[in-house]
Amino acid sequence: MLIVIGLIFVTALLAPWIFKLFREKTGWILALLPLGSFLYLLSFLPEIAAGGTITQSTTWVSMEFFEVNLAFYLDGLSLMFGLIITGIGTFIVLYGAGYLSGNEYLPRFYLAILLFMGSMLGVVLADNLISIFVFWELTSFTSYLLIGFNHEQEASRRAALQALLVTGIGGLALLGGMVLMGFASGQWEVSALLNEGDIIREHPHYLAILLLVLGGAFTKSAQFPFHFWLPGAMAAPTPVSAYLHSATMVKAGVYLLARLHPVLGFTETWMILVGGFGVVTLLISAWLSLSFTDLKQILAYSTVMALGTMMMLIGLGTELAMQGLAVYILSHAMYKGALFMVAGGIDHEAGTRDVLKLGGLRKLMPISAVAAALAALSMAGIPPLFGFIAKEIVYEAALEATLLPVLFITLAVVANIAIVAASAIVVIRPFFGKPVETPKKAHETPPSMWIGPIILAVLSVVFGVLPFLVDKSLIVPVAGSVWGEPLDFYLSLWHGFNMPLMLSLLTLAGGLLTYRIWDGLRESAPMKGYQMVFARFPVNVYDGLVNGMLGLAGWQTRILQNGLMSNYLVTIMVTALVAIGYTFLTQSGIIWNPDFSNVHVYYWALSITIVGSLGIMLAFGNSRLTIIVAAGIIGYGLSLIYLMHGAADLAMTQVLVETLTVILVVLVLIHVPKIKEERSGASRTRDGVIAISAGLMMTLLILAVTAVPFDAFISEYYAEASYPLAHGRNIVNVILVDFRALDTMGEVVVVAIAGLAVYALIKMTRPGSSKENKS
Amino acid sequence: MQSLILHTTTRMMIGVLVLFSLFLFFRGHDEPGGGFIGGLVGAGAFTLYAIAFGTAATRKILRIHPITLIAIGLASLVISGLIPMFMGDPFLTGKWLFLELGGSEVKLSTPLIFDIGVYLCVVGFIVAVIFSLEEEPLTF
Repeated sequence: MLIVIGLIFVTALLAPWIFKLFREKTGWILALLPLGSFLYLLSFLPEIAAGGTITQSTTWVSMEFFEVNLAFYLDGLSLMFGLIITGIGTFIVLYGAGYLSGNEYLPRFYLAILLFMGSMLGVVLADNLISIFVFWELTSFTSYLLIGFNHEQEASRRAALQALLVTGIGGLALLGGMVLMGFASGQWEVSALLNEGDIIREHPHYLAILLLVLGGAFTKSAQFPFHFWLPGAMAAPTPVSAYLHSATMVKAGVYLLARLHPVLGFTETWMILVGGFGVVTLLISAWLSLSFTDLKQILAYSTVMALGTMMMLIGLGTELAMQGLAVYILSHAMYKGALFMVAGGIDHEAGTRDVLKLGGLRKLMPISAVAAALAALSMAGIPPLFGFIAKEIVYEAALEATLLPVLFITLAVVANIAIVAASAIVVIRPFFGKPVETPKKAHETPPSMWIGPIILAVLSVVFGVLPFLVDKSLIVPVAGSVWGEPLDFYLSLWHGFNMPLMLSLLTLAGGLLTYRIWDGLRESAPMKGYQMVFARFPVNVYDGLVNGMLGLAGWQTRILQNGLMSNYLVTIMVTALVAIGYTFLTQSGIIWNPDFSNVHVYYWALSITIVGSLGIMLAFGNSRLTIIVAAGIIGYGLSLIYLMHGAADLAMTQVLVETLTVILVVLVLIHVPKIKEERSGASRTRDGVIAISAGLMMTLLILAVTAVPFDAFISEYYAEASYPLAHGRNIVNVILVDFRALDTMGEVVVVAIAGLAVYALIKMTRPGSSKENKS
Repeated sequence: MQSLILHTTTRMMIGVLVLFSLFLFFRGHDEPGGGFIGGLVGAGAFTLYAIAFGTAATRKILRIHPITLIAIGLASLVISGLIPMFMGDPFLTGKWLFLELGGSEVKLSTPLIFDIGVYLCVVGFIVAVIFSLEEEPLTF
């Protein structure tokens, strides 16, 4: 499994070159990769169906107190997610080739979508908590690149940042939860953790672990109140929305909670939190979907509703809920993937996705119409489609909830009424009714764009009519993984005249009625207010928080970094004076034991030179050049002191740095206007006092330090070890490039960044020198 | 700068200075010198050339863009750190190769690659700053 993920990553990085070779055919060639991965994963199906699990492990990081393994774990749950990611991924790569055909950034799309695919596959296949987290963050990062694909548009960049911030903050919470969980149980592999559920549940940190993990899962899977980022992310090109925001990434949170259900679940807190947030999300978002006319917005909110349903099922935590979850995830991935791709096709061919501006496209786009109709029927839960089976089990599970069944079933039915209406809207409005003049002359999409939707839609029918194709082989192992122990059941289309069927009929009738009054309902004041409160308000809160953060950063920068060099120096020196002075007074007392008896005449000469330079600086204070040269003399004087102590390297460095500094500063100063002294006598006196005090304090500090005998342990070690260990006789250089190379590396990186910054600042701020100077 | 003395001396000195910087660099492991000091001398050589003949001429003899020098330098640092990782040792562990060439021993090592990185970064940094200061009219 490591090889599959590695291959996807490597191919992703090579994608721009593959594109140069194959141009328009790239999509068909790259699609072979997810297809191959799909078949590879499919080959494990018999073993998983027989109740087996597969573990593969390679050590990645090994430390004293813990190991991070690149371990992979395949059971029913991860297999189904893996199949969805690679299966739909195959269609998405093809679809993207058609949708973005002619776009100059198409190679970049291939790169990012494959990177995302690898990361997402990593999330569901990884066995180690830390590697799950790393892959999890990679999906956030790659989704940022994908949502912001149209990076020239402000709205895209904003949506990308919003998704990154919301899921990123959740990711940090998740890391905390995972680390706590790992230390609480001593297990870092999920496969081992699954048996430690009792330890975790009874651990004093259980609540903290649960809340942190939920923070990660709820943000990723867009649960209320974080639901707003997902519809916002619709600024992404449609292949991205279809893949990330319906079939895969947003289900990462669902996957995580399903994965950890045997570890964290079965408690009342879990039930209330997961079930509660799920049911609130599903209700709110289902009706929000009816307040929009943009196909992608309608689908986005219906996706949030589906995620809410999955969360509710995980929260209910009964055997029946697990069955419902397994069926629902699969059916949702198929119909929602198809609907998104069709919506993108309409947008691509007709030039708009606003349902009010569309109509009668079925004759112009027959294949898309069939795919959309089948998928929408499945979403509405109409027999004999797979979505019907899913909805029946969801209703059954809600009816048999151990806690507040009436509440769960009522809210589920009310929400599903809205989803039936939404299903009708997304297929009837664009494809049926009178043909409407569209911005572009519509025609059927190219094969690369209809092959995915039609296959997914037909599968919705096939699995609905012949559920035995998937039940024992896939659905049963999935439900077993989430439940924690193997389950045995089968799926059937017909359950008899029972309560769920009655509720289905009620849902259907309510949905169709809602569809009939939709135009009036959408424009009504309560619906506008509803949209305002639940769709706009969370975005405003988010904006307020982000702007508040920026404002705070700006405020503290203005206070602390006000751009006046003398203020910085005063701050630094006064802080040092207070801190060192306080330590002197409380800890050691002042030591005054200067001994001038052994001072060589060289030192006197040097000291006079240095002090003399200072005098020149003060006397010629308004000529910058004189000050710089005088400062240079001080530097050379210091280098002589180094030399007298035998520190040749230090002395050489000092001389060279001093020389180059003088040249650099002079280069800047020749452009600077003459000094105009505007400061008052009082501020000059203040600065003088601070300067003299700082100098005095430094002297006292050095006297205090030299009063303590020098411990030569480290320098002796370096002197002894330098040649045997590092084959060098120059200890300074050996320390720099070998013993403490990491420090040097950090310093060199600072030098490099400073160089880049100077270059960029000077080169790019010149008016008209670059396009960038507008920003 | 139009000065015959400066031009003549610079033409004579530039080669010596670059050679001297390489000398300092290579002897650095056993005697005073090393990547940082060598880099400073090298940067000084190009700075002198830039003062005497202008930055356009200096870009020509340098051939490589200073920012590229920084990039190659940083890459060398990382490569010298990664090599030992392929041998199962931590990042930046020193690895040595002793070769007999014509009776004398040549020591090749990852710290040498590291020091090359330091050298290039220092030269790239100073030359980049000198170029940008010389080429752009600063306004205040």
